[in-house]
Amino acid sequence: MRLANRGMVDRNAPVTFTFDGVGHSGFEGDTLASALLANGVRLVGRSFKYHRPRGILTAGSEEPNALVTLGSGARQDPNVRATQQELYEGLAAQSQNRWPSLDWDLLALNDLAAPFFGAGFYYKTFMWPKAFWEKLYEPAIRRAAGLGALSGLNNADTYERAFAFCDLLVIGSGPAGLMAALGAARAGADVILAEEDFRMGGRLLAETHEVDGKPGHLWAAGLLDELASMDNVRLMTRTTVTGAYDQGTYGALERVSHHVPRSRAPLECFWRIVAKRAILAAGALERPVAFRNNDRPGIMTASAVRAYANRWGVSPGKAVSVFTNNDDGYRTARDLVAAGVHVAALIDSRHDGPDLPGVHVIKGAQVCDAAGRKGLESITIRTHRGEEKLLTDCLAMSGGWNPTLHLTCHMNGRPAWREDIQGFAPVPGMIPGLQAVGACNGSFSTAACLREGAEAAEDALEALGFKPAALELPQAEDDPFRIAPLWSVEGKGRAWLDFQNDVTVKDVKQAAVENFRSVEHMKRYTTQGMATDQGKNSNVAALAVLADVTGRAIPETGTTTFRPPFVPVSIAAMGAGAQGKGFAPQRFTTSHKASIERGAPMIEAGLWYRPSYFPAPGESNWRQACDREVKMVRETVGICDVSTLGKIDIQGPDAAAFLDFVYTNTFSTLKVGRTRYGLMLREDGFVMDDGTCARLGETHFLMTTTTAAAGEVMRHLEFVHQCLRPELDVVFTSVTEQWAQFAVAGPKSRDLLDALLDKPLNGPDWPFMACGPVTVMGVKARLFRISFSGEHAYELAVPARYGDALFRELLARAGALGGGPYGMEALNVLRIEKGFITHSEIHGRTTAYDVGLGKMVSEKKDCIGKTMSERDGLIDPMRERLVGLKPVGAVKQVIAGAHLFEVDDAPVRENDKGYVTSVCYSPTLGHMLALAFLKNGPERIGERVKMVDHVRKIEALCEVVHPIAFDPEGGRMRD
Amino acid sequence: MTELLAKTACDGLLSVTAGPFTLSEEPVAPLTSLMPYKGRDKALSAALEAAHGVKLPGVNRSTSKAGISVLWFGRGQFLLVGAGPDGSLAEHAAVVDQSDAWARVRLEGAGADQVLARLLPVDLRAASFKRGHTLRSPLGHMMASVTRTGVNAFSIAVFRSMAATLVHDLKTAMEGVAARG
Repeated sequence: MRLANRGMVDRNAPVTFTFDGVGHSGFEGDTLASALLANGVRLVGRSFKYHRPRGILTAGSEEPNALVTLGSGARQDPNVRATQQELYEGLAAQSQNRWPSLDWDLLALNDLAAPFFGAGFYYKTFMWPKAFWEKLYEPAIRRAAGLGALSGLNNADTYERAFAFCDLLVIGSGPAGLMAALGAARAGADVILAEEDFRMGGRLLAETHEVDGKPGHLWAAGLLDELASMDNVRLMTRTTVTGAYDQGTYGALERVSHHVPRSRAPLECFWRIVAKRAILAAGALERPVAFRNNDRPGIMTASAVRAYANRWGVSPGKAVSVFTNNDDGYRTARDLVAAGVHVAALIDSRHDGPDLPGVHVIKGAQVCDAAGRKGLESITIRTHRGEEKLLTDCLAMSGGWNPTLHLTCHMNGRPAWREDIQGFAPVPGMIPGLQAVGACNGSFSTAACLREGAEAAEDALEALGFKPAALELPQAEDDPFRIAPLWSVEGKGRAWLDFQNDVTVKDVKQAAVENFRSVEHMKRYTTQGMATDQGKNSNVAALAVLADVTGRAIPETGTTTFRPPFVPVSIAAMGAGAQGKGFAPQRFTTSHKASIERGAPMIEAGLWYRPSYFPAPGESNWRQACDREVKMVRETVGICDVSTLGKIDIQGPDAAAFLDFVYTNTFSTLKVGRTRYGLMLREDGFVMDDGTCARLGETHFLMTTTTAAAGEVMRHLEFVHQCLRPELDVVFTSVTEQWAQFAVAGPKSRDLLDALLDKPLNGPDWPFMACGPVTVMGVKARLFRISFSGEHAYELAVPARYGDALFRELLARAGALGGGPYGMEALNVLRIEKGFITHSEIHGRTTAYDVGLGKMVSEKKDCIGKTMSERDGLIDPMRERLVGLKPVGAVKQVIAGAHLFEVDDAPVRENDKGYVTSVCYSPTLGHMLALAFLKNGPERIGERVKMVDHVRKIEALCEVVHPIAFDPEGGRMRD
Repeated sequence: MTELLAKTACDGLLSVTAGPFTLSEEPVAPLTSLMPYKGRDKALSAALEAAHGVKLPGVNRSTSKAGISVLWFGRGQFLLVGAGPDGSLAEHAAVVDQSDAWARVRLEGAGADQVLARLLPVDLRAASFKRGHTLRSPLGHMMASVTRTGVNAFSIAVFRSMAATLVHDLKTAMEGVAARG
């Protein structure tokens, strides 16, 4: 029911919306909750477990009942709190957890079976038969219980992550937060003021208090105008600070565009705010009182009822009653009367409550029952005279206030119990650099909030090194907070504590009876506080009930642990930026475009994209292309982009000495203009990486790493230099990206280069493993005579800007010689035929000895990993060592990852003799070929073993062969 | 003789605009990594000043004069931008050509720092990150060099191979900020 002349909604801006398909209208400035109440809609959802009808309980982010789904299809947005959702034209909301409809919900039958569904019901009931749990019970329970659902479609919305930095973060914009922000801002500090609501002012918007002789919300507006005009202030509305983390870092969720029809703007932004100091002014949350049927739609917190009246000009009922155990509840009655709403009665559980003119105050009384299944119709009041019914369609209840101290506990601090407010309050220092002020610090009067906010600003300014600016404390009410505890009303039936997870007083008592007496155990046994509101409305009351039944005091019972996030945060917001192409950087070679133009499918190698193969007309599968490319390299000439290999420029007077220390073999003896294959160990003696290293000058080397290990090797070099050999004068520069490098491999590679280079190569100057500068079409380039294919081959490097042009030129020239490009598949076959290792073999658990390169560990010098590689277990001949395999039985297939067994042994773990690391079909040799690690392998050449792939159920008889299957003498690459 | 055509790192990707923001490729310029040998920082700085008119900057700073600048580029590393290195530098430092190794873009527009705040976990407030200040930081998932070149202008560099991702990530951030209006 809309009230005349009250509230801050814009009555000139009507907005239409639908709820469960029914059209309604509200005003700009309404939340969905206030608009539903204005339209007389009281039933808004069904509870999680019993599907009980539920209405709006609160007016903030703590709302447990009024959760709705907005939108449909891919943009369906479940579990939106109607109390936070701003109204916009065309908004379409659906209720949740009901079937077939909100009004007629079949699973409400659960409610009738409630005697069986108490705490621990599932644990006790679904124990037998065991197999039924996963297949039957759990799916059925999950279907019956629940909130809203995701669409199951790919999320069509965009989300953001962002970082912000400030001197002072003020969390909450009520009187305390505003004073803190103003004080700090006037002194010149960089201030971020974060407010969960879409409008700043906190409780000042919902109360009728005067501040400085003005209505509170007008005082706030004036102050906000000043803050908005300052460059050093950032006002962040719709932003909930969700967590406090190390070193002044706070997580915050900004709801960027939930309040408008879908736009191009991101839906949400997840902020990481780094603040030198923080002031928490998050206010307090009003507690319900547990009594029978206290969950009937129309029963709300007292502060919410007057918030709807004062801020939104809505009365949630025509005849409102109030039930309170403290003076604060009187404010609701007073404001409603002032707004012309009939207040049926004020029931005060205390005998010594004040009087309120014009309101029937019943002291020393309790509300013990409520009637009206889908909307409150009456309540039952119990006094010493007995019980009587009172007709009322809205009950405003106040069980006192809980300071919103959640953030202060995020680093494991524990709050302290305060008898005077019957609530927990933070103690100083729970979060370094954060000070709690105002209601969240247990100081409930407006004057106290203003004062604490101003004082905290001064403290923060002092810590930050700013001189405090003049700040006058405005006049405001300073009423004492008077309360007498009342957690639950005695009586039969179910009195609800946790509305969201359907936990009752009886459940908590039952937990204690079954010896779940610790508050953490009670919580898990009953699921109290484990729903999306994380117990904001119920945890103190629940632990008070627990304290009572276990005969302990509340501080002794203690609270459960408050953990981030303070409100639910969508995974999409936390993972923002990682959708689609944002998941990981894509690294493209300079030849990428030309390769795509040739139809090459790309495979990912780390972050790089490399061509798998280059399909030719008439080829219908990759094997045909791969076989052709292998043959092409063996017979004519092939071109392959090898730019992805790591290239590290190493310079300095001690460069050679350094390389001798990081490589197993010696580089100080390498001549300028020559390249050497090197092997690198980790400190534990296992192989780290391999590659070639060229000596470009006396003190200048160029190291090549594998594609995958480029970053790791660079880091290793820096570590060795900075930590182990800082006395050596040497520096490292990554030049991987500077050079586009192409392998030119095959018997006709020399012909191609002689025609391409500005000067033909002089044979004697370019033996195998030579390197040096050349020019290609006037561009300075580097040439290396190295081979990963076993053929006469070169690698030609030019500055990356020429990469695309050179690749195309190389392809054209290779084509004219009967050659062309080859991809990763062919490259792999070529190297397996030659027994060259990759990280399939040097996978982190193999030594130089294992891969047959034990002799490369020089005996004349020390190197990283040498001593450790000489441990007994690492030089045992019975280790799994590198061999080749070829199939010799009926099955001609060898599979990477398969294990090796003796021919007559059962293929079980105990008999394992080794495993296969790389396989290919060798078009050169006409059969499949594998590299494998076999116990004592090199001594078993010519013997037979059994390969078993347990996953694919394939067995193949294989002969152990030398790992170098093709051209073992190496004549083809040397000549 | 035919010629090898040069392509820039962001060839075909830039420029793009969104709201007040423009992302364009920095003009091609010689880039040289300078890594001084042991105890040679001062000598290198003097040689730089003699040859190019600029000194070595401090950590997170840059120096520039007449179109030539030197950026702090990481521990013990500097980047000479805008001039080929004078031969005298090699006596004091490893001098390595990096002209083709980096994709360099320029982000401009009122509130450009808010675009970078979507990707860069560092304090870019004008008081702490002034014109000429430079830093190395992750930008999204990429390791970047970022320099403030004006009140609302930044120069950003990542590995050349990541140019497409750089443009994608910055464009997404630009559009997100611009769409807020």
